[in-house]
Amino acid sequence: MANIDIIKDKCVGCKRCAGACPFGAIEIVEKKATIKDTCTLCGSCVESCKFDAINFERDQVAEKIDLSEYKGIWVFAEQRYGRLKTVSLELLGKAKELSAVLNVSVTAILLGNGIHNLADKLIAYGADEVLVMDEDGLNDFNDHIYGEAIIDLIKEYKPEIVLVGATSKGRSLAPHISSALKTGLTADCTELSIDLESKLLVQTRPAFGGNLMAEIICPDNRPQMSTVRPKVFKPLEPDYNRKGKITKICKRPVEGLVKLVGNIDNAEGVGLSDAEIIVSVGRGMGSAKNIRLAKELADVLGGALGSSRPVVDMGWMPYSQQVGQTGKTVAPKIYIACGISGAIQHLAGLADIDTIVAINQDPDAPIFKVADYGIVGDVNEILPAVIEKIKQAKIT
Amino acid sequence: MRIIVCIKQVPGTNEVKIDTATNTIIRENVPAIINPFDTYAIEEAVRIKERAGAEVFGLSMGIPAASEMLKEAISLGIDKGVLMTDRKFAGADTLATSYALSRGIEKIGEYDLIICGKQATDGDTAQVGPSLARTLGIAYATDISKIIEIKSNKMCCLKITDDGYEEIEINLPALITVVKEINMPGLPSIKSMKKAKNSKIEILTFEDINADEDRLGLKGSPTQVRKTFVPVHEANNEMIEGTLEEKTEKLSDILLKLRTEVK
Repeated sequence: MANIDIIKDKCVGCKRCAGACPFGAIEIVEKKATIKDTCTLCGSCVESCKFDAINFERDQVAEKIDLSEYKGIWVFAEQRYGRLKTVSLELLGKAKELSAVLNVSVTAILLGNGIHNLADKLIAYGADEVLVMDEDGLNDFNDHIYGEAIIDLIKEYKPEIVLVGATSKGRSLAPHISSALKTGLTADCTELSIDLESKLLVQTRPAFGGNLMAEIICPDNRPQMSTVRPKVFKPLEPDYNRKGKITKICKRPVEGLVKLVGNIDNAEGVGLSDAEIIVSVGRGMGSAKNIRLAKELADVLGGALGSSRPVVDMGWMPYSQQVGQTGKTVAPKIYIACGISGAIQHLAGLADIDTIVAINQDPDAPIFKVADYGIVGDVNEILPAVIEKIKQAKIT
Repeated sequence: MRIIVCIKQVPGTNEVKIDTATNTIIRENVPAIINPFDTYAIEEAVRIKERAGAEVFGLSMGIPAASEMLKEAISLGIDKGVLMTDRKFAGADTLATSYALSRGIEKIGEYDLIICGKQATDGDTAQVGPSLARTLGIAYATDISKIIEIKSNKMCCLKITDDGYEEIEINLPALITVVKEINMPGLPSIKSMKKAKNSKIEILTFEDINADEDRLGLKGSPTQVRKTFVPVHEANNEMIEGTLEEKTEKLSDILLKLRTEVK
């Protein structure tokens, strides 16, 4: 089995490894590094040592699979009511870029009922081939039915990379597939690249609420699977003159173990996960009734309304709008925090935001440390004036 | 019925301090806690027990010290704690974790429902629930916000999605992962704290679970961490000063400018 130990003769007690350990599992005892019980054998420390004092033995995989059999990049084309999710188009763009490095083709996997006409759009956005399964039994998304269908396709076609959008459905579907295929899956990636030497997919993802980034690889198993957050990558400009191959898969889907009884859709509007601009409210709004100000600002800016946890706990906002560790992770371009103090649990829900604007009465609120623009003041005084000015600017 | 709740011990904070001299991470010895999402899983199992009668097991995989956390789960209302601990389990990614848990569950025996938190706050992957269900070959549904009804072979739930909610019917046995909205966890009573104190946590090692060693721990983990680094967040940190009029004027200009860049 895998093992790690410190070669005491080489260790100089420099503490670099202790700093590199994400689990705090290395302690310096009598000027020598010591590995504690809490070590998870992740290997993060090995590179940090400048003295080759860490002896890390990784196990060899028992059965090596023939990696050369696996070729091509797949993107799961998620659709609902016959509309493609934008993250799937974003993934096609990235897949296209990665495919150029690997010199392979990009395939979109399209499942549903009465959706075959979406294949042209997928080709326009970068797919070289689309595998379409258009069946009655695929009318509603279903982890088990969709999952088993994709597992069979992967076993047959053997792609080397499979990318899935990190939507609520994608995050539920992808582990079903990877688990059945006994391969690796990296969640919520924010960057993907190909290592030129090994030709492996390098998957970058946040850990510990975004306080640490990790580069993950899956060297010995195929396919290499990732879920990717919406809006991390840009879709290509669609080109409807692009030619691609459309392959119809005729196969009866399996029976489901979970049945959809009914949908209760959110009101039409910009959802938190798709929003470019989010106006988010905290306890500093003062009352449930003042939240309409933030809603109005979101409306004039064309954004969505989010919330901190205390506001949801007090019943001022629904849980579906909660941003943070126990709520949603969001990645808008602009995040406007109104009366939010900025506890670490809240900041954990903010991924890849270009600009943070914070309004808070307390000049010492932690939110100002991460804000690009900050205003100390009462949101209920500031927001009405700002809304008015933006409205005027839009008219003129 | 029998319910198994999967519980993970996580660091009490995600704060990562950086040693500016060496540009590396310092992780202070922060206290370990029950993964916040798992507290909702525990509470939901306890509520089902109170409503319909059930035996509730808490299952965890971790270091020996995690048995204290399982005692805390007993004080919150679960009946029995089972801890899987062995160096052979260490270094597991979500695939190897799911496999190990599936073997632990097999050891516990018959069950009707497995409840997991939506995700753990140290990894945030939300993979172990679905992966475990697939390994066990049972139905699953993620992000459950309400259990409407449980019958002997079916349950009816609400599931939160990006688009709203779905009402779904799940065949039992099944695995669900739950979100915060599902309940408000209660506090332990004096009686339950006493019970927890006197309780014994069952320990399962590699020898106990009839597992394939090649599929456990680091060896059974297809993913590898190649490198970790602390992301650089360079905030502009510009404070907008002045009278209320000046401040709102400046803020409006900034928002309008940012908006044109976005759209």
